[in-house]
Amino acid sequence: MTTPSPVSTAVPTGEPRVRVRDLRIWYGTSGAPVRAVDGVDLTIHAGQIVALVGESGCGKTTLGRGILGLLPPAAATDGEVVVDGTDLLRLPARRLRAMRGDKLGLVFQEPMTRLDPLMRVGDHFDELLRTHRPRLSRAERERQAVDILRAMGIPASRLRQYPHEFSGGMRQRIMIALTLVLRPALVVADEPTTALDVLVEAQILKILAELRSSVDCGMLLITHNLGIVLEAADRVAVMYAGRIVEEGDVRQVFAHPAHPYTRELLRSTISLTTTELHHIPGSPPDLADPPPGCRFHPRCPDAMRICPNSDPGDVDTAGGQRVACWLHRLDEVAPADREPLPDREISVADEA
Amino acid sequence: MARSSRSLGLFIVARLILAVPMVLILLTVVFLLMRVAPGDPVSAALGAHLSEAQLEQRRAAAGFDRPLIVQYGDYLGGVATGDFGRTITDNRSITQILVDNGGATLTLTVAALLVAVILGLPLGLWAARRRDKWDDLVIRLFGIVTFAAPVFFVGLLLQLLFGKTLGWLPTSGQAAPIVAPTVPEKTHILLLDAALSGDWSAFDDVFRHLILPAVSLGLLVTGVLIRLSRVNVIQTMRSDYVEAARARGIREGAVVVRHALRNALVPVITVTGLQVALLLGGAVLTEETFNWPGVGNQLVSYLNGRDYTAVQGLITVFALVVVVVSLLIDIVNALVDPRIRY
Repeated sequence: MTTPSPVSTAVPTGEPRVRVRDLRIWYGTSGAPVRAVDGVDLTIHAGQIVALVGESGCGKTTLGRGILGLLPPAAATDGEVVVDGTDLLRLPARRLRAMRGDKLGLVFQEPMTRLDPLMRVGDHFDELLRTHRPRLSRAERERQAVDILRAMGIPASRLRQYPHEFSGGMRQRIMIALTLVLRPALVVADEPTTALDVLVEAQILKILAELRSSVDCGMLLITHNLGIVLEAADRVAVMYAGRIVEEGDVRQVFAHPAHPYTRELLRSTISLTTTELHHIPGSPPDLADPPPGCRFHPRCPDAMRICPNSDPGDVDTAGGQRVACWLHRLDEVAPADREPLPDREISVADEA
Repeated sequence: MARSSRSLGLFIVARLILAVPMVLILLTVVFLLMRVAPGDPVSAALGAHLSEAQLEQRRAAAGFDRPLIVQYGDYLGGVATGDFGRTITDNRSITQILVDNGGATLTLTVAALLVAVILGLPLGLWAARRRDKWDDLVIRLFGIVTFAAPVFFVGLLLQLLFGKTLGWLPTSGQAAPIVAPTVPEKTHILLLDAALSGDWSAFDDVFRHLILPAVSLGLLVTGVLIRLSRVNVIQTMRSDYVEAARARGIREGAVVVRHALRNALVPVITVTGLQVALLLGGAVLTEETFNWPGVGNQLVSYLNGRDYTAVQGLITVFALVVVVVSLLIDIVNALVDPRIRY
């Protein structure tokens, strides 16, 4: 976090590798469906790392899994997820399966339990390559495994060892190598460093940053560590209650947060100058019964009369951010509706 | 590679050393149990037939007049050199009983274990994949019933159905009386001998005799295997590495067999090994029910004759078999699961 890697400021050109349009994911319960992801738009270009941040339970992981079609059977999806021209949500199960591991990769949060304990590390690569590249010879499969592992700093001699002979950081590097060996178009990294210690975290982030340029894939980096966002990501999407409330260039968003939720989230981080711990009162809403209008209004310090009545929709700011907040559409709001929202009690019980 | 095979060798050596005290304790228990029984072995077995002087002579010949500790040392020494003693009633050596009847028991238990594995694993896997559907419930019920039903009862029902009502299969002995003498003895395992002799009608007869006893005994363990493999497959199907394999686009069949089933088998192998003791106990009852000429059958007749040394020798053999099997199971497990090795 002390030496942020250089972030490309050039605007990417050409077709994005990943385009998500109006993605909705809900879990059908007996009562009201739980809308975990509710109309999300997202674009990721080649070589770009887009960070997805937000509190726990706001739908980050569901969005990440949903993009790859890796949701439990009880989940239903709607919308569009186009990766390299193919809409994943319209794909038959067999073709989607064939794309996973090949075009689509997922890096998990906890590396310790993600490798099959009875299988040598090399056999994980062999199985993967045999599945997606049946024509490769055995020697060629081994060569590819050795190459990618070496790039991750794991010597070829360890290919024949079992997962329990590796440390957590090494296992995560193996998982990343497994994800990247076939050069996917999209990698979803779901809190890839949360389970690791700080030194290993820095190491993994360095690897991710190097890969961005060499593999040329689009990466969705799910995290709630804002330091990681600043260090590793190009763009950041802030998620609240199943929606993306702000999206833009990392530097720009961190310097000039456009949404009150982003601002409050940034204020909640700890730095050397922190004298008092800031937190956002209340907790994320129940996604089976979200608040009307803007979903953040019950916790928003800037909430106006219009906020509970109407959803603001997306607005593009002068700074290049996309934000969903009435504060950026003030000229469209009647003066009476600009009055602060009166008497909102965020009781202690709500925060529990 | 070199590293893991060396640690496997170390594991086996350590496991062998650990088996020594286990065997000693087992032998001591067997020895003491036989001495705790009232009366001395000779008069118990032969008391009705011989005069007091003759009994005394027999006791001295069998060494029962010596101090207990000497007899104990004698017993241990005998077992160590492969001599399990002689029967009192008909003066056969236990080794001879094993040679004559061991093959039948071995055939029965191995066949029963095969039945259990062939039925239990696929049914358990199926039930796991169809969790809480109707077929899962049927399979689970089947597992409970077969485990709970006594072996001899299942045996009798099978005899009634397939032997008497349908008349498809023989219900008694290891072969038809006219077939058994025609098979040249080589391995003392009738099924194997029949196959080696090339006489396929004899082999067919022996095989048909094996089916009902093997199924009766096998069903006892099938229920355990169904429940165990079902639970373990359900657990491994939910595991992180299975989800990760799916995320890598591995085919569902390969995910189930290579990742979920293989990992589920580790505890299944362990428990299957433990079931061998159950299987040997069940074999005694099955052999009685089907008039099967095995060691269990002999054990029952010597028990009825109150021949303590025969019983002691045979029980010792049973106990050693269980120890050896559990040792083998540990080694198999270490081969399958690298984490077990030291």
